[in-house]
Amino acid sequence: MLAIVLSILLAPLAAFALVIFFGRWLPRGGDWVSLIAIWGGLGLSLYLFFARILVAYNPTFLENFSFDWLVWGDYRLTVGIALDNMAVMMLVVVTLVSAVVHLFSIGYMKGDPRYSQFFAYLSFFSFSMLGLVLADNLLVIYAFWELVGLSSYLLIGFWYEKDSASDAGKKAFITNRVGDAGMLVGILLVFTVLGTMNLREITEGVAAGKLSGGLLTTAGICLFLGAVGKSAQFPLHVWLPDAMEGPTPVSALIHAATMVAAGVYLTARIFVILTVDASLVIAYVGGFTAIFAATIAVAQNDIKRVLAYSTVSQLGYMVMALGVGAYTAGFFHLVTHAMFKACLFLGSGSVIHALHHALHHAGSHADAQDLRNMGGLRKRMPLTFWTFLIATVALSGVPLTSGFISKDAILGGTLAFVMEHPVHWPLALFGFCAAALTAFYMFRLVYLAFAGTFRGSPQAESHLRESPAVITAPLIILSTLCFFAFFTLPALNPTTPEGGWFAHLFPNPPRAYETALSGEHAAVAGHGAEAATESLHHTAHNAAMLISILVAGLGIWIATLGYYWKRISPAYWQTRFGVLYRGMFHKWWSDEIYDATVIKGTLGFSRLLAWFDLRGIDGVVNGSAWLTRWASVVQGWFDLRVVDGLVNRAAWFVGVWGKFVRRFQSGQIQRYIFYSLLVVGIVVVLNWFGGLR
Amino acid sequence: MNSLTTYIIISIVLFLLGLLAMMTRKNAISVLMGVELILNSAGLAFVAFGRFVAGNLDGQTAALFIIIVAAAEAAVALAVFLNYYRLKATAEVDKADALRG
Repeated sequence: MLAIVLSILLAPLAAFALVIFFGRWLPRGGDWVSLIAIWGGLGLSLYLFFARILVAYNPTFLENFSFDWLVWGDYRLTVGIALDNMAVMMLVVVTLVSAVVHLFSIGYMKGDPRYSQFFAYLSFFSFSMLGLVLADNLLVIYAFWELVGLSSYLLIGFWYEKDSASDAGKKAFITNRVGDAGMLVGILLVFTVLGTMNLREITEGVAAGKLSGGLLTTAGICLFLGAVGKSAQFPLHVWLPDAMEGPTPVSALIHAATMVAAGVYLTARIFVILTVDASLVIAYVGGFTAIFAATIAVAQNDIKRVLAYSTVSQLGYMVMALGVGAYTAGFFHLVTHAMFKACLFLGSGSVIHALHHALHHAGSHADAQDLRNMGGLRKRMPLTFWTFLIATVALSGVPLTSGFISKDAILGGTLAFVMEHPVHWPLALFGFCAAALTAFYMFRLVYLAFAGTFRGSPQAESHLRESPAVITAPLIILSTLCFFAFFTLPALNPTTPEGGWFAHLFPNPPRAYETALSGEHAAVAGHGAEAATESLHHTAHNAAMLISILVAGLGIWIATLGYYWKRISPAYWQTRFGVLYRGMFHKWWSDEIYDATVIKGTLGFSRLLAWFDLRGIDGVVNGSAWLTRWASVVQGWFDLRVVDGLVNRAAWFVGVWGKFVRRFQSGQIQRYIFYSLLVVGIVVVLNWFGGLR
Repeated sequence: MNSLTTYIIISIVLFLLGLLAMMTRKNAISVLMGVELILNSAGLAFVAFGRFVAGNLDGQTAALFIIIVAAAEAAVALAVFLNYYRLKATAEVDKADALRG
């Protein structure tokens, strides 16, 4: 078991090392190394999924492999792999999407000068995400979290010759850092109180009441901040649309299965320790993000940007689901969304690829991503169209698709929450409005791109071709997985995940703080309440299903009226609600607001600091230098005059004395004799007078 | 007149004459002669003191030593002078001032 998990995790890392160092000398740039690593990982993940999870069919399945990493005195830092249902499910999702993205990239990145490097980065990204999924420890999660950030930076800025691409890479990285800082605070907070970073031990500690109240709420919100950054929740959503500057397969990978899913995954992991207040914050952030991004998506003209805001909006759904306690629904939507969003992104990649070549042949420099340059692609690219349509239908929440049941589960959970706590009615409003908007902008996208007639030149149209099989095969695989039955077996009920394997394997876990609060006594009393809640959920679910079909139908109907039948003029409504439209078009000025506040503020503060540095710090430094210089002058004078003067005087005196004395040393022995005699004479004379007595 | 005083006076005169010769003579041989005079004045003084004061043979023994030392000294000095003469082509002592300061 451990060997399988480790090979899934480490194969992409090995592929990364091999391709980045030796890719130049490998045939085909070493893309097959990365492909083998990830498809092998997919095979092993599917094996784990079918052979272990589905056979065991145990909601509390858990296998833990850990070892002591650091030992400080009594404290042991244990790290390892926790393999539970969620981890295995994520393994399958990540490797599946990553594998089809690898396949797609062969066609899409063909002829790129850094083809080999691209595959190395893809492998590295997959490795980071798999490590994040498997970790049993917040510290390790944080490490892989940052690796995901790094690899996203490398991939978003892959075409770094373009300024916009390298800026987008930086923006993604820096915006993520803001959230990560909060996450680090959360981790340290938990560690300080509970003395452990192991997720299971944290849950046990909270259940034992060691961490509770406001501190637990703060810890939960801080940890969630990391998810806000990675999953592009309001207000840190700004990096995600810009990340569209990366190659389209990267967008598919980031937006469907890896990076943005990491935030939701983390929130789901810490779900059990979240308090009521923290959950409420999470629910509102998610709900607001869902509606906020959906309104922006309506007015975008870039095919990838529409999908990007759609991703932000759908992530808001997942986060809101986790916030209102619909754990199963949130995680379910993560899985289903990964499939159809990857399909949509790869489909848009196929469109862009084909259009780019066609425009290139026609000598046009029009933007291959702009919806206004498309139209009528259905006849030219039937495979892309049909797969794209299936994924669109799923995202819009039309019955019989996976998106319908997962979104419906979220809306049902939200409605149940609102019925229990009527004060929080905006959450339900956000959810249903976002659902209508989703259906509207997705069908608007499909009509603009695929329906009608081609809006480019006839020359370009004649060069439009369906993409090669390496590009369409992933689309077919992913669009197949949009069918509801894959997620509800063995039950064949297209309305709810209840009764299916997913709902069985991922039940709502008990909240740890509730265990801490209530104890056994309340648990017994809670049974009656549980039954009541269940019937409430049932009612809510049915109501939500009806409403969501209605709003989705409404959205599709309006889109059809406006963009297919052309009964109503979008241009008229755009001018009618000018302010509203401009707000949507300009992303509610969120970049401008950031520019005016955070960026200008930072720059202003930096300028202030620079001024202080120049005047204050440099002044002190220069002053001390000036002081030192003058002290040196004084000291030099003293040295030259006084010290040297003394030394020179002594030397001069010795010299003069020596000159005088040398005269006596004539070298003539006879003189010496005379001197001796003289001295003897003096001694005798003195003796005579008694002077020496 | 045959008394200690006479001998000592003669010895002093001899000494002073020797000293004068050492100090004033230019020729190295003459200086050596002065040295011999001084040595002999000392020898005379020893013998005189030995005869009149000590009354034994100690003074005469010392005089004998002096004679021997003088003989050796003369040999050494003559050898030095010979080399000096070879070097400087003169025997005048005031030319020997290599150690002047």
